[in-house]
Amino acid sequence: MIQLEKRPEPSRAWAFATPLLAVLLTMLFGGMLFALLGKNPVETIRTIFLDPLFSEFAWYYRPQLLVKGAPLVLIAIGLSFGFRAGIWNIGAEGQYIVGAICGAGVGLAFYPMDLRLIFPLMVIAGAIGGTLWAMIPGLLRVKFGTNEILVSLMLVYVAEQLLASMALGTMRNPDGMGFPGSRNLAQYPSAANLELIAGSGMHWGVVAAFIAVIFAYITLSRHIFGFQVRLSGQGPRAAVFAGVNPNRMILICLGISGALAGMAGLFEVAGPAGQISIDFNVGYGFTAIIVAFLGRLHPIGILLAGGLMALTYIGGEIAQSNLGLPGAAIQLLQGMLLFFLLAVDLLTNYRIKFKTGEAV
Amino acid sequence: MDLSSINPILLLASLMVAATPILLAAIGELVVERAGVLNLGVEGMMITGAVCGFMVAVSTGSPWLGFIGAAVGGAILALLFGILTQVLLSNQVATGLALTLFGLGLSALMGQNYIGMKAPSFPDWHIPLFGDIPIIGPIVFQHDPMVYVGLILVAAAWWFLHKTRAGLVLRAVGENHDAAHALGYKVVRVRILAIMFGGACAGLGGAYLSLVRVPQWTEGMTAGAGWIALAIVVFAGWKPWRLVLGAYLFGGVTVLQLNLQAAGLAIPVEYLSMSPYLATIVVLVIMSAGRAPGSLGRIFHASR
Repeated sequence: MIQLEKRPEPSRAWAFATPLLAVLLTMLFGGMLFALLGKNPVETIRTIFLDPLFSEFAWYYRPQLLVKGAPLVLIAIGLSFGFRAGIWNIGAEGQYIVGAICGAGVGLAFYPMDLRLIFPLMVIAGAIGGTLWAMIPGLLRVKFGTNEILVSLMLVYVAEQLLASMALGTMRNPDGMGFPGSRNLAQYPSAANLELIAGSGMHWGVVAAFIAVIFAYITLSRHIFGFQVRLSGQGPRAAVFAGVNPNRMILICLGISGALAGMAGLFEVAGPAGQISIDFNVGYGFTAIIVAFLGRLHPIGILLAGGLMALTYIGGEIAQSNLGLPGAAIQLLQGMLLFFLLAVDLLTNYRIKFKTGEAV
Repeated sequence: MDLSSINPILLLASLMVAATPILLAAIGELVVERAGVLNLGVEGMMITGAVCGFMVAVSTGSPWLGFIGAAVGGAILALLFGILTQVLLSNQVATGLALTLFGLGLSALMGQNYIGMKAPSFPDWHIPLFGDIPIIGPIVFQHDPMVYVGLILVAAAWWFLHKTRAGLVLRAVGENHDAAHALGYKVVRVRILAIMFGGACAGLGGAYLSLVRVPQWTEGMTAGAGWIALAIVVFAGWKPWRLVLGAYLFGGVTVLQLNLQAAGLAIPVEYLSMSPYLATIVVLVIMSAGRAPGSLGRIFHASR
């Protein structure tokens, strides 16, 4: 008879081990999935997880790791505050899109002026745009008690339509011969988010992601606000007695995640994506949820998890072109990873006991 | 713009069709939530149902078998959620999100060879006598059978929850799982069965999209319908009959905006396409008065 006994404290050792275990299980079951699809499982797993780092063309893929990892880490850091406090913002994708639209709008408004100030202004506009979009579920929750999960998610679909309208109408490139999409910001030096060191993949978004990690680490472990966030999640009533205003907590957490997601959107649209187009967003806002959990909602963990998830994106693309692996298989692999993580988390919070004889 | 091109009878008739996938998914989720489980994976189960139903229907040529396949597919995916949340005691919000992400990937992978195919036709019923009533006949009594299956399921769920002993047990488990456990009810078993029922219903709703409404398979075709179903459960205050109202309200907005698009209203298409989602938000704000089941979303662990 197997019994579960709740640990008085989550096990620290398992908290470190479970993400690794989840990754191993995902590789194992992912390999089985690839075998079912008629691919060589070992080769496919190696292509996804190792080739971006160690293959002959790794010089090309390694910078991509930063490019793809930065938005994931930036968004996930923002989400981790809310998730810790029990505030579920799952509409980061929408905040990412709106941030990109606002930031790009500022950049396009100044075109073709040459001014160093434009890019910083765009970053600020992106952050504000994301924050405002996140304030909608926040204020509705605070004022009317509306469920923030559903509202933030609904707003993703609204943002996608808004993006389509911008790309096809308001922000369409006047010199684009009628093609959808805005002017290419990457070719407008004052507004471009270019590589800081050529060939490194390092752009301002990567810098912002690292700053966010450090900022979040200090806030969560050293500042009273970090303590209040953790308290709100673990004991909402206790938090109220400790002087935490739950409504303010909701707004601050949603604001942080909205601002970071909006900035991530701006960095993407002004750099790697280059322009506002119907489908410049590729679901980073949703993948970031996996990153946040895989990183145990801890800043350093999120940094590592973001790197790993970026690896699966790049490796997935390599496997797609070299081995003909369907793109959806990677999406499935990412979903699987979150599943396994949640499953093995049992070991962190409970002790498994094998008892012989009759059950109680 | 030519508003006279909109035929009110046709509008009301297509409202019932537009509401059906949401209604099917929502009635399943309502039973799940009454059992105290919050499954945010409706979108993932719906889209998996959509692809399973489409695959079965195309390969057998029978839409009915397709719907059965969709229900089975949805229930299997839901079982995964049930095992994770009930046996492995994972967080329901996170697991539901994972189920959605997983379902979207799974369905895209399964359906990649079915893109562009046509579903076997699923003819409308012309209910004799009732179908001949002027105005009301075409609005209510000339639909495909699944429209009525959805309504029957709502009535059945109401009857089950309020008129049967098993329904009472299910509600007890949802209101206070510790008390239900102390009385000797199998909390985990009841919940897993409810979760599987919810998955089957979501699967039916998804298959309705891919077999009747569209009727084709495209990636991500549910486009938030599962989330809207979740919102409608909240709107309905966890009461089955109010679910119908919510689903029809939503169906009405969807159909109206599609008709306005076709009529060439001066508002850009994108802003009209936003309206169902905005309407859902507005409805959530106005109607958050219902009381959620007491144990909703809480992890049940029997220490003794």
